Amino acid sequence: MAHESQITPGPMSRHSHGGIRIRALKAAFPLTVPICMGFLFLGASYGMLMGTKGFSFVWPMCMSAFIFAGSMEFVTVNLLLSAFNPLAAFLLALMVNARHLFYGLSMLGKFKGLGWKRPYLIYGMCDETFAINSSARIPQDVDRGWFYLWVTLFNQAYWVSGATIGGLIGSHLQFNTDGLDFVLTALFLVIFLDQWLGGKHRERLSAVIGVLASVACLAIFGADDFMIPSLIAMLVLFMVLRPYLDTLKSGSQSDTDGNTIDHTEVR
Amino acid sequence: MTMAIWQGVITVAVVAFGTILTRFLPFLVFPESKEPPRVIEYLGAVLPYAMTGLLVVYALRNTPILTGSHGIPELIACVVIVLLHWWKRNMLLSIAAGTIVYMLLVQLVF
Repeated sequence: MAHESQITPGPMSRHSHGGIRIRALKAAFPLTVPICMGFLFLGASYGMLMGTKGFSFVWPMCMSAFIFAGSMEFVTVNLLLSAFNPLAAFLLALMVNARHLFYGLSMLGKFKGLGWKRPYLIYGMCDETFAINSSARIPQDVDRGWFYLWVTLFNQAYWVSGATIGGLIGSHLQFNTDGLDFVLTALFLVIFLDQWLGGKHRERLSAVIGVLASVACLAIFGADDFMIPSLIAMLVLFMVLRPYLDTLKSGSQSDTDGNTIDHTEVR
Repeated sequence: MTMAIWQGVITVAVVAFGTILTRFLPFLVFPESKEPPRVIEYLGAVLPYAMTGLLVVYALRNTPILTGSHGIPELIACVVIVLLHWWKRNMLLSIAAGTIVYMLLVQLVF
């Protein structure tokens, strides 16, 4: 992967710098279209919720831009309506967003060597952006950094626009959008299917562990408290299964060396 | 809002800081300049697949299984997505079809 990033930007950047950006934009934008629908809708619902609670649109606008974590913003509305307790708010933010730690671990290698883009990519890594960036098969002629940057930037723009529009509308508008929020469920499911269909034993077993650990924790702890137990359960399972899952990797590398390198480079 | 504006601003700032911290922490602990331990590379290779699985379950976490529609609209929409995606492998088509099926089901049938 490091090999690729050194080669591709070099010759292309000498031709035209704009070309790289446009090419990456064309590759990234179509993947963000479903997120555009989902985020405009969910963001608007969130903005309207704040509007009905008596907040000016400035609140959802700033919160969506600075916090940029959907579920945590909904939680923060309740925090703002209760007694002032910054320490509890901080701890709650850490707990609700603990899954980001795992996103970071997954992207350590992919974000390597991306320079000034890297801090923003990390800052803007919401669930949907992570799902796209971690699973996308970026074509060889597309610059990785710019691809990630466009995905992140588009998604954040959708969310902040949605929240701001919602805050401006407040509760003035009524339209039947029941079920539209399913677009994000569909997005996660399709990415899951893509990873499944494109994966081998190790990838599929990892996916199964993710589903089983979270379904089990959902059944035991309930919808509001299953995230942290799921993350811990996954970590334990991956450590227990490491001899098996890690051997599988080194095994496949030794028997089909070229194949495996291709595989990781395209991601 | 029951609290003063400055208290609200601090609350939002603190939540934003906590969220940013969860996003940056892995990159601060394992900086670019240093090779991360082997076990972290292993987790980085397997976690993306597991996290997508978790996100699917997370998105469906409030599906009523024992009450209301018993999760039938969700089930039908998911089956449509799986079959369509298996057949056509077109991301936008699968997402649009699944969402439209789901919206029709919850608005007109259930």
